[in-house]
Amino acid sequence: MLVSIYRYNPETDDKPRMQDVEVEIPAGKDLMVLDVLELAKRQDQSVAYRRSCREGVCGSDGMNINGTNGLACITPISEVVKPGKKLVLRPLPGLPVIRDLVVDMSIFYKQFEKVKPYLITDTPAPVMERLQSPEDREKLDGLYECILCACCSTNCPSFWWNPDKFIGPAGLLQAYRFLADSRDTATVERLAGLEDPFSVFRCRGIMNCVAVCPKGLNPTRAIGHIRSMLIRHGA
Amino acid sequence: MVTNVSNLGRSGVYAWVVQRSSAVILLAYSLFILGCFVFHPDMNYEQWKAIFFSNAIRIFSLITLLALCGHAWIGMWTISTDYLTSRQIGSSATFLRLAFQTFCVLLILIYLIWGIQIFWNME
Repeated sequence: MLVSIYRYNPETDDKPRMQDVEVEIPAGKDLMVLDVLELAKRQDQSVAYRRSCREGVCGSDGMNINGTNGLACITPISEVVKPGKKLVLRPLPGLPVIRDLVVDMSIFYKQFEKVKPYLITDTPAPVMERLQSPEDREKLDGLYECILCACCSTNCPSFWWNPDKFIGPAGLLQAYRFLADSRDTATVERLAGLEDPFSVFRCRGIMNCVAVCPKGLNPTRAIGHIRSMLIRHGA
Repeated sequence: MVTNVSNLGRSGVYAWVVQRSSAVILLAYSLFILGCFVFHPDMNYEQWKAIFFSNAIRIFSLITLLALCGHAWIGMWTISTDYLTSRQIGSSATFLRLAFQTFCVLLILIYLIWGIQIFWNME
């Protein structure tokens, strides 16, 4: 199989280029994209990319695979490459490239930081733990599972245009995760930090985030909930 | 919280509500116009004038015109802050964006005044 890999080293290269590598796929096997990349790296050791758990849990190997963002370790090549066609790997779009498939995720983490992704409460600390009813706990399903791979935010045009102002789907999913938490008491403060025209309202609901989330989460729905809370809070 | 000075009302919630409610008004007016054509296929100028001369329709038209202006401004402001940024076009972005926004405001005001003249000067 022909694999086309985005190569760019900002220190030595004037501009990015695509490098084609022919990889032998074992007959009758459907490899994951990461496995193919590992095979390609055997031929050219200088290819740089991030990977760690190789089972879709750490979120390190988010990349653009044949035009769609996804985790290389859990994306089978049969799903993204038509027979006889080549596999094209590029870095996540919209973020500065450090080298090859490795992007600088600082701005993504900065937006995550902005939503204060931790429990804020003014009630006294209990002896054991803060309890929650099973019903309240259920409200966090579909929100807490995010692994911060950035596939969603880097697939969002609003995040491409304003990555410094629009929090992006990943950050907003976490914002709602704490707004929805029955133990959190900072709802009003959290909402006050989100009511400007950029943080939440740059979302135009095109659902690119939902289409690519490797964990099957739905940031658009969470953003809709935040919007309803903001309107209830402001009206 | 992200701050800004040029947005209408400076609040995302406010702009969102205006955008959505104005869209509903525009839809209602569009259906009304469509209804005029569907139910009066051979309407002449006198009949057309009689409809739009009535006070209720004049008010409806004016509300729609205001909704259109608000809707257009929020849309154009959003476009300008998406594409005319220093990230996209470099250091001249702030000047270009403000110039574009001023141009849009002026154009919208001209259309508003012109629209009022058309709807309220009919004899």
